[in-house]
Amino acid sequence: MEKFTTLTGIAAPMPLINIDTDMILPKQFLKTIKRSGLGVSAFFEMRYDTDGNENPDFVLNKPAYREAQILVAGDNFGTGSSREHAPWALLDFGIRCVISTSFADIFYNNCFKNGILPVVVTPEQLELLMSDAEKGANARISIDLEAQTVMSSDGAVVEFDIDPFRKHCLLNGLDDIGLSLEKSDAIDAFESQADVARPWV
Amino acid sequence: MVAKTLYDKIWDAHVVNTSDDGMSLLYIDRHFVHEVTSPQAFEGLAMAGRKVRAPEKTVVVPDHNVPTTWDRVNGIENEEGRIQVEALHANVKAFNLPNYYEMNDIRQGIVHIVGPEQGWTLPGMTIVCGDSHTPTHGAFGALAHGIGTSEVEHVLATQTLIQKKAKNMKVEVTGQLRPGVTAKDIALHVIGVTGTGGGTGHVIEYCGEVIEGLSMEGRMTICNLAIEGGARAGMIAPDQTTFDYVRGRTHAPKGAMWEAALTWWKTLRSDEGGHFDKVFEIDAADIAPVVTWGTSPEDVLPITGAVPAPEDFEGGKVAAAERSLDYMGLEPGTPLQEIEIDAVFLGSCTNGRIEDLRAAAAVLKGRRISDRLSTAIVVPGSGLVRLQAEEEGLAEIFKEAGFEWRLAGCSMCLGMNPDQLGPEVRCASTSNRNFEGRQGRGSRTHLMSPAMAAAAAVTGRLTDVRELSELEAAE
Ligand code: SF4
Repeated sequence: MEKFTTLTGIAAPMPLINIDTDMILPKQFLKTIKRSGLGVSAFFEMRYDTDGNENPDFVLNKPAYREAQILVAGDNFGTGSSREHAPWALLDFGIRCVISTSFADIFYNNCFKNGILPVVVTPEQLELLMSDAEKGANARISIDLEAQTVMSSDGAVVEFDIDPFRKHCLLNGLDDIGLSLEKSDAIDAFESQADVARPWV
Repeated sequence: MVAKTLYDKIWDAHVVNTSDDGMSLLYIDRHFVHEVTSPQAFEGLAMAGRKVRAPEKTVVVPDHNVPTTWDRVNGIENEEGRIQVEALHANVKAFNLPNYYEMNDIRQGIVHIVGPEQGWTLPGMTIVCGDSHTPTHGAFGALAHGIGTSEVEHVLATQTLIQKKAKNMKVEVTGQLRPGVTAKDIALHVIGVTGTGGGTGHVIEYCGEVIEGLSMEGRMTICNLAIEGGARAGMIAPDQTTFDYVRGRTHAPKGAMWEAALTWWKTLRSDEGGHFDKVFEIDAADIAPVVTWGTSPEDVLPITGAVPAPEDFEGGKVAAAERSLDYMGLEPGTPLQEIEIDAVFLGSCTNGRIEDLRAAAAVLKGRRISDRLSTAIVVPGSGLVRLQAEEEGLAEIFKEAGFEWRLAGCSMCLGMNPDQLGPEVRCASTSNRNFEGRQGRGSRTHLMSPAMAAAAAVTGRLTDVRELSELEAAE
């Protein structure tokens, strides 16, 4: 997994609430057995018309936002399915950070496994960052994970909270399976005890 | 002794260790696996030279991609779908997974229906699956939730999950249900009250006399929809109804083991004074048969209502409602019962169980579906549900009414297989998501109970099932 330390980039505004995983990546793209190549299909139904042409009104099709690395989105982003294909598609498009007032649980988790930083801010802070993002390509937003800050293009600083463990893994690009396997002894011990306590499992 | 909730108790019984930063390693008792969210996880394992730690605790079934037409015994026509199902098969062999139900095994079905049916789902367990509707299993008093593919890989390799404990939320439903109101109506009503983000960061315990009065099928419908309220999991304390359902199932404990299990299971209820961070009390008398009008499961209204206007909402919901109405092709103020439909889908892990089929068949018996409908399919949740429905004569009722009778799978719940709707096709569906494009690009989904979907099938419009039974009384 790629590390996430700092990022300065174009932020695309998506003020819609409840952007669900079917919107982020519809099911026809879940048939892949790979993680890669999903970026062209991200936000498929909003991004392309039925003939497959780009919809010029969709934010990521606008010249200013084609290189966006950050999404600033309405409440409850990533609601719906557990498909990790959604963050894979965002990552493949080039998105490394999503900012919203809240995220659906599974999507939130999935981001961390893929080097994407989900940032939770207050409604006031979101409003500030949203209007900044709406300024287009000149308005670059900077994120500093170590310091846990987002800085708008005009220098306003927003602080955010994050779990220390997830922060640590993201900062160092750690594979948490490896970390958990280091605890094999504890897992073995738990299993022996559980085999006695709940042998029917 | 500290008073604990049901969630606290199951959590505590499964913590391997907790670090100073509050993250815990949680032991997983059951891991359900299907073909869509697992290939990349198995690939990751193989690349790292890792094994599946507990093959006997891993249960595998293809469900999302499988065709539901009767010709599927000849194989899957769609190439990508076939490759995914074949990849699952190959992984089962490569990693020696013993508990596998192939597409043409009569026990195959939607993973959340097969698990309980086979007795893999038991009270007090921790259960995960790379699927957001895993909370279904919480109906048994288990801690069950959906995970992403990286976590699937983590569970395969370690039989644990790195978790931070969620908060406790209680939804208590008291009083008496009105006629025609089912578990689906309760579940959708609750989401209407809490919002799709209302449960975020929480595990919901559903309780109260109405919940206790539900069958296991009804409880599974309730917990299935916990995720649509944003909760990590939903659960219901196990009781006699639970034990009666579990007893005798293939993989349920037997004999002395059963007695030992039962002793522990009976302790699995929230203590008096257990702490809940959020509490919702719902009076059953306030719940009517409901349908959704928009593209979020929280867009729910009693069937007697009318399509709302964006101005009826506040904040971000105004723009969302505008977009929903446009997508759904609806005018504010239209009585819901005047909305004509083109398709009906009976099935999914929300409502694909025998009781659901009985409820729909009860409405359809002796009736014909409307000529308006271009699609009307019944997709049983598992091969065994299908057999039982055939034995009970339900299949005949559906077929005589004009429905197609299919083989088990996820089908039109998400349309990964060929069961999809075209643009602007309006569907009365017993599934769980009315998101844009869910049942096919541009398709329009109204969620409702099996009885309500059956009523809609008869009249060709969204219909109050209670009126249909009155009609019957008058005839
Ligand atoms: S029936 Fe629908 S919700 Fe349930 S597992 Fe299948 S696709 Fe998911």
